[in-house]
Amino acid sequence: MTTTIFYILVIAGVLLVPLNLAAGLIWLERRLLALWQDRYGPNRVGPFGLLQVLADMIKIFFKEDWIPPFADKVVFVIAPAIVMVTVLMAFAVVPFTSTVVVANLNIGLLFFLGMSSLGVYSVVLGGWSSGSKYSLLGAMRASAQMLSYEVFMGLSLMGVVLMAGSFNLRDIVEAQHKVWFVIPQFLGFVLFMIAGIAETRRLPFDLAEAESELVAGFHAEYSGMKFGMFFVGEYMGVMLISVMISVLFFGGWLGPWLPPLAWIVIKTFFFIMFFILLRAGLPRPRFDQLMSWGWKIMLPLALANLLVTGALVLAFK
Amino acid sequence: MAKIWVDDKWYEVGADQSLLEACLELGFDLPYFCWHPALGSVGACRQCAVKQYRDEKDTRGRLVMSCMTPASEGARISIKDADAASFRAGVVEGLMQNHPHDCPVCDEGGECHLQDMTVMTGHNYRQTTYPKRTFRNQNLGPLINHEMNRCIQCYRCVRYYREYAGGRDLDAFASRNQVFFGRHQEGTLQNEFAGNLVEICPTGVFTDKTLKKHYTRKWDLQMAPSVCVHCGLGCNTTAAERYGSLRRILNRYNGHVNGYFLCDRGRFGYEFVRGEQRIKQTLARQDGKLKPLPKAKAIEQLGRVLPGNQKVIGIGSPRASLEANFALRTLVGPERFFSGMSDQGSHLVSLMEEILRQGPARTPSLSEIEISDAVLVLGEDVTNVAPRIALALRQSVRQQPMEFTDKLKIPRWLDHAVREAIQDVKGPLFIAAPSATRLDDAATATYRAAPDDLARLGFAIAHALDPQAPDVPDLAAGARSLAEQIAAALKSAKRPLVISGPSSSSAAVIEAAANVARGLAKAGQAVGLAFTMPEANSLGANLMGGGDLSAAFKAVEEGRADTVIILENDLYLKAPAAAVDRFLDAARHVIAIDYLSTPTVAKSELALPAGAFAESDGTLVSSEGRAQRFFQAYIPKDDIQQSWRWLIEMMRAAGRSEAESWSTLDDVIAALAQGISALAKITEAAPSAKFRKLGEKIARAPNRYSGRTSMLANINVSEPKPPDDPDSALAFSMEGYQEHPPPSLTPFFWAPGWNSIQSLNKFQSEIKGPLRGGDPGVRLIEPPETANGSFFSSVPKPFAARPEEWLLVPLYHIFGSEELSRQAPAVAELAPKPYLAVNSEDAAHLQVQAGDQIEVNLAGTAHRLPVAIHPDLPKGIAGFPAGVVSLEGTGLLAWSKLSRL
Amino acid sequence: MLSVIRTLWNVFLHTFQPRETIQYPEEKPNLPPRHKGRIILSRDPDGGERCVACHLCAVACPVDCIALQATEDENGRRYPEFFRINFSRCIFCGYCEEACPTYAIQLTPDFEMGEFNRQNMVYEKEHLLISGEGKYPGYNFWKVAGVKIGGKDKGEAENEAAPVDVHSLMP
Repeated sequence: MTTTIFYILVIAGVLLVPLNLAAGLIWLERRLLALWQDRYGPNRVGPFGLLQVLADMIKIFFKEDWIPPFADKVVFVIAPAIVMVTVLMAFAVVPFTSTVVVANLNIGLLFFLGMSSLGVYSVVLGGWSSGSKYSLLGAMRASAQMLSYEVFMGLSLMGVVLMAGSFNLRDIVEAQHKVWFVIPQFLGFVLFMIAGIAETRRLPFDLAEAESELVAGFHAEYSGMKFGMFFVGEYMGVMLISVMISVLFFGGWLGPWLPPLAWIVIKTFFFIMFFILLRAGLPRPRFDQLMSWGWKIMLPLALANLLVTGALVLAFK
Repeated sequence: MAKIWVDDKWYEVGADQSLLEACLELGFDLPYFCWHPALGSVGACRQCAVKQYRDEKDTRGRLVMSCMTPASEGARISIKDADAASFRAGVVEGLMQNHPHDCPVCDEGGECHLQDMTVMTGHNYRQTTYPKRTFRNQNLGPLINHEMNRCIQCYRCVRYYREYAGGRDLDAFASRNQVFFGRHQEGTLQNEFAGNLVEICPTGVFTDKTLKKHYTRKWDLQMAPSVCVHCGLGCNTTAAERYGSLRRILNRYNGHVNGYFLCDRGRFGYEFVRGEQRIKQTLARQDGKLKPLPKAKAIEQLGRVLPGNQKVIGIGSPRASLEANFALRTLVGPERFFSGMSDQGSHLVSLMEEILRQGPARTPSLSEIEISDAVLVLGEDVTNVAPRIALALRQSVRQQPMEFTDKLKIPRWLDHAVREAIQDVKGPLFIAAPSATRLDDAATATYRAAPDDLARLGFAIAHALDPQAPDVPDLAAGARSLAEQIAAALKSAKRPLVISGPSSSSAAVIEAAANVARGLAKAGQAVGLAFTMPEANSLGANLMGGGDLSAAFKAVEEGRADTVIILENDLYLKAPAAAVDRFLDAARHVIAIDYLSTPTVAKSELALPAGAFAESDGTLVSSEGRAQRFFQAYIPKDDIQQSWRWLIEMMRAAGRSEAESWSTLDDVIAALAQGISALAKITEAAPSAKFRKLGEKIARAPNRYSGRTSMLANINVSEPKPPDDPDSALAFSMEGYQEHPPPSLTPFFWAPGWNSIQSLNKFQSEIKGPLRGGDPGVRLIEPPETANGSFFSSVPKPFAARPEEWLLVPLYHIFGSEELSRQAPAVAELAPKPYLAVNSEDAAHLQVQAGDQIEVNLAGTAHRLPVAIHPDLPKGIAGFPAGVVSLEGTGLLAWSKLSRL
Repeated sequence: MLSVIRTLWNVFLHTFQPRETIQYPEEKPNLPPRHKGRIILSRDPDGGERCVACHLCAVACPVDCIALQATEDENGRRYPEFFRINFSRCIFCGYCEEACPTYAIQLTPDFEMGEFNRQNMVYEKEHLLISGEGKYPGYNFWKVAGVKIGGKDKGEAENEAAPVDVHSLMP
């Protein structure tokens, strides 16, 4: 009985916490960006401007939910929901601690990879159904980008899988008791992080949005809560990648003194903040640079990493 | 055609042009000051310098003035050449040394040729520091403002005023850099075409004084193509509005009609639209007085009077548009529609229309009048009745002498060489009129006589031309020899012209003019026959049909009608006051549609405020028979709406089926063209409201129109959408097509770098030629190939002075005789005071001196007038200023006793 | 790659830098005199209206928020009959000031013009006209213009010769 209640609580927590945290992240990002740009950021609504998020949410809910007359209405409505659904689904396999996990799948890692690649449908469909050339260009960029970066994202993780000998995420964390995989798999970590940024379409890889060229890219025609869903989806994606980095390379909940849940939260937030720092510091590359990077540098490196790791694992077995 | 090279590219240009004309025609921006298309070249300002090369091997070239150099075959010039460009900049720099720092407060600013040319040449900074010379200004009357400091001494004003327009009282004074252009002493400029100085002057020396009172820059005006309503000639104008009121009238070039110039009545008469006399609210008679009534209530009232009423008659108007007249005609039915012309006027206009329609001669346009080489004016004072003809005639007298200069191989555009060769020689122009006219100084011979004697002279000329024409047996010897002289002059001319009209109120005069034309036509000459018309749409109203006023009076008298709708017409100017009073009192309902509160409106039961010309769309038929469309410059305020819209509302109130299908101007025009075959061609006068250029309507306001988000902000900060215009292809906005609309829809002339009216050269297919796309308007009347009909044969008896009675003859005045323009303050100021003119002999007989009061007894009414002595009036005739003294309604050419008081 | 890391490090160091932002309502900014804020109409050194109603500000205005009508006093001095700026449309670009040939229209450092009712953003001449010369003291357009106004006859402006005697026969 208690386990059932516990599971229900976990499921509810996994559903609600990222959603609310994503909203909070918006505030965090704006404050941090301001900090690094010698500004204040939102500091007027509530203590430290925390209620700014609430104000924005009220605003976004009361905005006119406009569907352009030239849009494909059904797809236009479904697209923003897809991003939310896929990210939330991916959260299901994340082991926050050894017990706090919704579904402890054997193929947890593959499930995560699958879900995160499904997320691109949201962007492509949203961009296409808008019926606007900017949106379509954004969607095309997004799909090309996903396709390219997914390949070595998966490959970069295979080193971890080889070392842990499992696709089960809990097993992967357990396998890091001695040493976090970031040490043996440093190259894999770097590759995964870059692919993760690209996967979440965060700066400097936000070519699908690219407001300086494409107005707002795939969501140029969106407003109100549908736009809000894209927005929240993006921040949940950031959280997902951050928590996955912690789980795969930084020992998940493992750590001394503090309770496991605290460790995973600390690690996750560290990477979230790192993502924001990237946004504050780096300019956006050109699209062709992005593509040649992916195919000509990252993919060979990922393959090499896999080869070396495989060879070493075989050798030391 | 000649082939010339400009900056190493070759172009075909018309023969017999100067290089300046050729370059402007090709679209090059070449600055100039003293040259004007109508005035020709004098080479005074040195502004249009270009470099000319001997042949392709010549690299040095030499500077020439392009206005003084013919565009001869093989000419090689360079406009861009650095020497030429710096020369031109230097000339402007020189001109600007004394030019004051006035642009912000100068009325020419923003449409100043000097500004344009300064920018074009690239001169920026005044490098000299010595004091600027100054002048004292003169008060040149209520029309023209004088600011001599701004003068650049291009001499265009005196060349135009003295040489082109025949004025005497504007001249150049003093010498060197102190040359002063003005009158020998302060006073009103006497010439009737002085207003053109506003457009002739390349800078702000002469500006429009009426505009100054409500000044608005050109870029801020909302403009529309309009047609002058102050005489029958139909000169094209541009009506310009700002903040809901009419601001000014500017000439709108039409190569076939008015060309570059307007008369002062046409230019300055517009102020009646702004005047106190306007009706702005719907008025209804309550307790014996006209009081404002809400528009809806007025419609309700119409709904009580009109439906099923079989006793409604409509009185149209020769000053209202065809559309308004036709709407009234449709409302009341053709048999109950009356043209609204006086009995005599209707008779004379019908006669003239008949003559024009049957032949013998074609009615010439104004530009054709300008090139006539022998002219007979019979019974008209054209300067005061149809003024623009007088200006054209001043050019026509140069035609024969210029044949001589052609033989000397002086090109006609080389203006001062031509004038030097001609000296004072003038071609034949004969003026026969009751009294002296303002054109007499240009005439070869004049003849002053009573209307009947004028007709007899005409008949005698016709007989001298063709023996088949009836003879005038008992003609005085002097008149006989004059007739033979005139006949000889006309006969030897290439393009003879006869001008006549209804001003002498005599059918015989018109018939005599027709006989002269027939005599010439029979001899195979290309003769023109031009008639003046009493009002802006007299010919159109006549083509519309309908009985005269006494027929309308009779209908009410006999009880066949009891409800009268009067459209834009003051009956008191058309019939004796007593008869009009009787008529209006007998009618049970009198509904007037008008823009001015005339005596007729004052007697009506319901007065509906109509839009004046600048507030309406419609078509007018000029005395040439040219149907021309005019358009709203703005939507009027208050209850005012276009007459035909009122009439459509009346139809709706009367339950007429036409009202359902009539909603826009095009609907009315379509019905009109279908209903009246003589007017079928008016659909071609201008493109319909569906017309679009590059998918857009044509903008009424220039690109730089300012204040859109502020002009109405005091009323409401949320600015309204610009009003729609369902009636025309023009938009009440600066948004829309701007560059080269069709000529009949061109609201203003502007081209990049050419803000002044000189931008016209970018709109003409050739300099002085038609506008690109053809001149606006469509001619409705063309005589048959072979003239049919025969000579008029009823020669009147000679005029015999009566012992104690005088024949009252109207004397016309450009300022004052016309009904609408005399409401304009500036024109009213120049109108003559009431007088009764007799010649010195008669004055002695009556024992009166100038200024004494005299009593005129007419139809039982006594009028008291001060005496004026006109020595040139024939004996037995008394002249009164038409329009100024209200004797019009008394039946023209009446005899009256005069008694000294 | 190294430069990317250095960039990130340098950006991160900004955590310890002071903030540039001024906390506006509590702390008033010190704006330079040429700040482009609320528009005023100034007067010339003699106290007369500087505006000569030349319409250049209106035509320069990219949002067309200036409307005026010219009129003249009995001595020929031109001034605006009304002068209206719709500040709810104004974008404070300063083109009007650039265009003004008489230094009449000037932008001031005052920007606190918020209103609850938009209609109150429409300023008429009486709201715009100040009693001083603003940023450009000393200039009087009428002293350099050639036209005659009350108190200044022809030839009395700066750098002007006395009016020509047209009747003189001297060369």
